[in-house]
Amino acid sequence: MAERTALEIETIEKAKEYVSLLESGNAEEADNVLAELTNLRESQLFNELGRLTRDFHDTLNSFNSDDRFSKLANSEIPDARERLTYVITKTDDAAHKTMTAVEAAIPICDSLEKTLTDLDTAWNKFLSREMKPAEFRSLTNTMKVFFESSSGDLNGVKSNLNEILLAQDFQDITGQIIKRVITLVSEVENNLVDLIKLGSGLPVANDPVMNKSDAKEEKNEAGKLEGPQIPGMESDGIVNGQDDVDELLSSLGF
Amino acid sequence: MNKDMKILIVDDFSTMRRIIKNLLRDLGFTNTSDADDGQSALPLLQSGNFDFLVTDWNMPGMTGIDLLKAIRSDPKLETLPVLMVTAEQKREQIIEAAQAGVNGYIVKPFTAITLKEKIDKIFERIESTGS
Repeated sequence: MAERTALEIETIEKAKEYVSLLESGNAEEADNVLAELTNLRESQLFNELGRLTRDFHDTLNSFNSDDRFSKLANSEIPDARERLTYVITKTDDAAHKTMTAVEAAIPICDSLEKTLTDLDTAWNKFLSREMKPAEFRSLTNTMKVFFESSSGDLNGVKSNLNEILLAQDFQDITGQIIKRVITLVSEVENNLVDLIKLGSGLPVANDPVMNKSDAKEEKNEAGKLEGPQIPGMESDGIVNGQDDVDELLSSLGF
Repeated sequence: MNKDMKILIVDDFSTMRRIIKNLLRDLGFTNTSDADDGQSALPLLQSGNFDFLVTDWNMPGMTGIDLLKAIRSDPKLETLPVLMVTAEQKREQIIEAAQAGVNGYIVKPFTAITLKEKIDKIFERIESTGS
């Protein structure tokens, strides 16, 4: 059994005194002792209430003084919203680029297919000796045009395929952006869990003020990198596209 | 420039590795391999007789800049041409890469033409200095 506190010992003594006074028929004195007992109980309650109030006050203060928390709410969550909106733009662009390239390539393939079918029909007619000289002249002409144009047509298809290939670069860019937002969501989650624990009087792994410095130290080399820039919210000191990069490098002697 | 040269492509996103691989194939370079970060790339480079490296910067494990520094401090690899293809656009980072000895720097998103130009430039320079 746990050791009794001074308050508990006093309460037990008063209770014993109360019983013995009642037994001995001293009702007036017993009432006085009961009043003292009630006072003891009330002061205990006030003490407990005081402690809870202080804890609550400290908790609120520690969250107020944690600028990481306000930074999350004021800038990083709105930033994340911008980033995710940019992901929608990038994926939308990529889908449209891909479909535009497909829509450009299909008619080229259709036209090649039709010319080949026509040539095949004419060639079979020629092989079975059913072709008139005028038709033959037309056939050689069609073949000449076909040979001249098909290489350009195939290059057109190839360039559309390359367009589709390059459009897939959205996955790398949006992947990097989403990874950053996931890190932010985890951080918000941890802070909320800490807040709930503090509110319910459970021990918190780390004081929120301490977490702030931990979070900074945990970031590895990759975590410090800027990653893809979001239009409209670019950082300071960035280059604006490949031409800027080339200029900067040539100024460095490249 | 030797079209049969052995090229290593390093990027943590497999889609980007495939894009670069396909663009290189379109330029006539078919002898390519790939790795997903610096840590897996370095042993391949040390044992694989590669002629050219195309690497991303931001990767878990070992970043592209650390890979570049490791290459430049390795007597066997110090002259390996390195092209960085990355979304990192900070001027100080580009300067850091230049100081670490990068041969070319491309920012994402990039075009097939940019990739061709940078590769041509890197090898023209190497051939003209005779190294």
